[in-house]
Amino acid sequence: MTKKVMTTNSAVAEAVKLAKPQVIPVYPITPQTSISEKLAEFVANGEIDGEYIKVESEHSALSAALGASGTGVRVFTATSSQGLMLMHEIVFASAGMRAPIVMANANRSISAPLSIWNDQQDSIAQRDSGWIQIYAEDGQEALDSILTAYKISENPKVLLPSMVCLDGFILTHTVEPVDIPSNEEVDRFLPKYVPKHAFLDTDNPMSLGTFTDPNYYMEARYQVQEAMENSVEVIEETNKEFAEIFGRKYGFVEEYKCEDAEIVIVAMGSVCSTLRVCVDDLRERGEKVGLLKVRVYRPFPVEDIKKAVANADKIAVLDKNISFGVGGALFNDIKAKVDVEAYNFIIGLGGRDITPTHIDEIVEKTKNPVNDVTWIGLKR
Amino acid sequence: MEIPEEELLAPGHRGCAGCGATIGVRLALKTLGRNTVAVSATGCLEVITTPFPETAWEIPWIHVAFENAGAVASGVESALKAQGKTDVNVVAFVGDGGTADIGMQSLSGAMERDHNLIYICYDNEAYMNTGVQRSGSTPYGASTTTSPNGKVSFGEDKPKKNMPLIMAAHGVPYVATASISYPEDFMKKVKKASEIDGASYIHLNQPCTTGWGYDPSKTIELGRLAVETGSWALYEIVNGEFKVTYKPQIRKPVTDYLNAQRRFKHLSDQQKEKIQEFVDKQCVELGIG
Repeated sequence: MTKKVMTTNSAVAEAVKLAKPQVIPVYPITPQTSISEKLAEFVANGEIDGEYIKVESEHSALSAALGASGTGVRVFTATSSQGLMLMHEIVFASAGMRAPIVMANANRSISAPLSIWNDQQDSIAQRDSGWIQIYAEDGQEALDSILTAYKISENPKVLLPSMVCLDGFILTHTVEPVDIPSNEEVDRFLPKYVPKHAFLDTDNPMSLGTFTDPNYYMEARYQVQEAMENSVEVIEETNKEFAEIFGRKYGFVEEYKCEDAEIVIVAMGSVCSTLRVCVDDLRERGEKVGLLKVRVYRPFPVEDIKKAVANADKIAVLDKNISFGVGGALFNDIKAKVDVEAYNFIIGLGGRDITPTHIDEIVEKTKNPVNDVTWIGLKR
Repeated sequence: MEIPEEELLAPGHRGCAGCGATIGVRLALKTLGRNTVAVSATGCLEVITTPFPETAWEIPWIHVAFENAGAVASGVESALKAQGKTDVNVVAFVGDGGTADIGMQSLSGAMERDHNLIYICYDNEAYMNTGVQRSGSTPYGASTTTSPNGKVSFGEDKPKKNMPLIMAAHGVPYVATASISYPEDFMKKVKKASEIDGASYIHLNQPCTTGWGYDPSKTIELGRLAVETGSWALYEIVNGEFKVTYKPQIRKPVTDYLNAQRRFKHLSDQQKEKIQEFVDKQCVELGIG
C-alpha cells in the first residue's frame, strides 16, 4: 500500500488498473474526462493489459461494454450527465442481461439549460434500472467502491451492474491523499473474473438478449428484483472481507452523531463532508442534530435508515435532484419506506454552492416547517 | 462450390414462408462454421429466431438493442481478442433500418476502428418487422406505410442511401454487395471477409415477401430480377479496388422487376421510365453496362 496525493478521478483510474478489466470502452465527457484520459495512458504504457475501445459515443461505450461482458470478461466504463442520458437504454439492458459491468459516473446536472456543474439528477434518473448505486464522499471511498463494486456485481447471486457515483468537480477534481492498495492485496480480494453462467462461448453456444413474450417477461424482471435483494447480503459480506484485507470499513449508510439527535440530516455524496462540520458546529450552538450519509442508494438500505433515525423527532433530507411536483428521490424513497416526520430540501442543483448558512436554514425550517419540500439557495 | 449441409440456423424459427433474411443467415453461417459468434440488432431476424425459451441459433448469439450492433460487435471482438481467441469469427446480421438509419453511428465507429468483424446488412428495403415503414434504404417509388402513394404522392421520393460506398469511404479492407439469389457469389464474399484481418461490410439484398408484395415462392426469383435488371449490382471493394463480381449478359428492363411487386404497383409509366433512367445511369457508373 502506498499513499499518494491525487484527484478522485485519478483514484478511480488507479482502482480500475488494480481491478484489471480486459475491455475498456470509454467516451470522454466533462467532468469524467480525466478518467478516460488516465485509463488511455495506462493502456498506452502497458500498465493495463486490456483493449481500450475508442468509441464514438456513450451509447456505444456501454453497448460495447455489454457485448464484452457478455463475452465473459471484466469491463469498465465511465460517464457523466448527458452521456449517462444517452446510455439510458443500455443502462436498463445491462441490468436485464445481468452483466456485471462497473461504471463510474461523475455526477453532473442535466440539460436544459446546459450546465457542466454538479448535481445528482443524472444517476437518480437511472434509479429504476436495476443497477447497484454507490455514492462516494471522498477519493479513498471512490477507489474502494470501485473494487468492492466488482466483487458485488460479479457475485453469482447478484450479477447486476454497479454505478459508482462521484460528485462532478466537487469530488472528481478534488486532490486528496489516497491509499493505493498493492496488486497482491487486490488480487486476493478480487481474483480474475470467471463467468459461471451464460456468456458467448463457441464450445457452449447460448443466445443472449432474446425476444420475450408475456409468458416470461415478468419472471425475468422478478429475477432482477431477487438479485437486488440478494445483493444486500453480498454487500455486507464484501464490505467485511474488504475491511479484513484493507482495514477500511464501509456500510450501506454512515451515521454521525445520530444516537441522540433530535434532527437527523440525510444526504448522499460529497456534501456529507460539509455536513459533518455543520453538525459539530450546530451542536456547539446547542442544536441536537446528526448526519446520516446514505452511501448505497440501490439496494435501498431501509433497515439501516430506520435504525439511524429511530430516536430522531424529525429528519431533513437533502436532494441534489428533483422529481417535479413530488420532491427529491431520496426523500420520497424514505417517505415510502420509513415512518418518520420528514422534510425535503432541494439543494445544490447545477453546481450551486451548499454553505453552512444553508444548513442552518435547513435545520430551522425542519424545526418550524412550512412546506414538505423546500428549495434552498434559490434566487427569487 | 461445395456448400456444407450443416445448418447453423435451425429450422422451425418464426420467419415467414419465403423469408429472404434467414436464407442469407443460413448461407453466411454455412461459410463461417461453428467457430463464430453472431450479433443481431433488434428487428425481424432477432424476433423470429429467439422467441424465449427457443432459439434457432446453433452458435453463440447476442442482441442488445436496435441501434448498437456495431458497438456490441466491437465489444465482443475486443473481448475475444483480450482472451486470445483471435480465431473466432464475429459476424453481425443487421437489417437496413438498424444499419442505414438508427445504427449508422455505431456502425461507423466500428468500421473506423477497424475491428476484425464481418457486418452483414440484410437489406429488405424497409422496416419489415413492424409492418413496412420506410427506411433510408427504401428505393425511389416504393410505397410503404410511412411513404405511401396517394393523390399527391408516388411513394418514397428519394433514392436509397448508398451504404456500401459510405462504408468504403471508411477505408475498411473489404466492402461488398451481394444477393441471396446468388449464393455462391455471396458465400465467396463472406469467406473473403472472414479471411481478412479487419472490418468487412457486406450489403446483402434480400427480397421480403410481405413488404415487397409477391408470392412467397418467388423470393429467389425476385432477388434475381433485382440483379438481372441492374436494380441491384454485385461488386466488391478490396483494399479500395473496385470490381464487379457479376454482370448480367443482357440487362432486363426494370419493369420486369417493378411489375412483379405490390410496392411499385401504383407507379405510372413515366415514373417507371425515370427509374429505368436512374438504373441505366448507375449501371454505366458501376461498369456493368
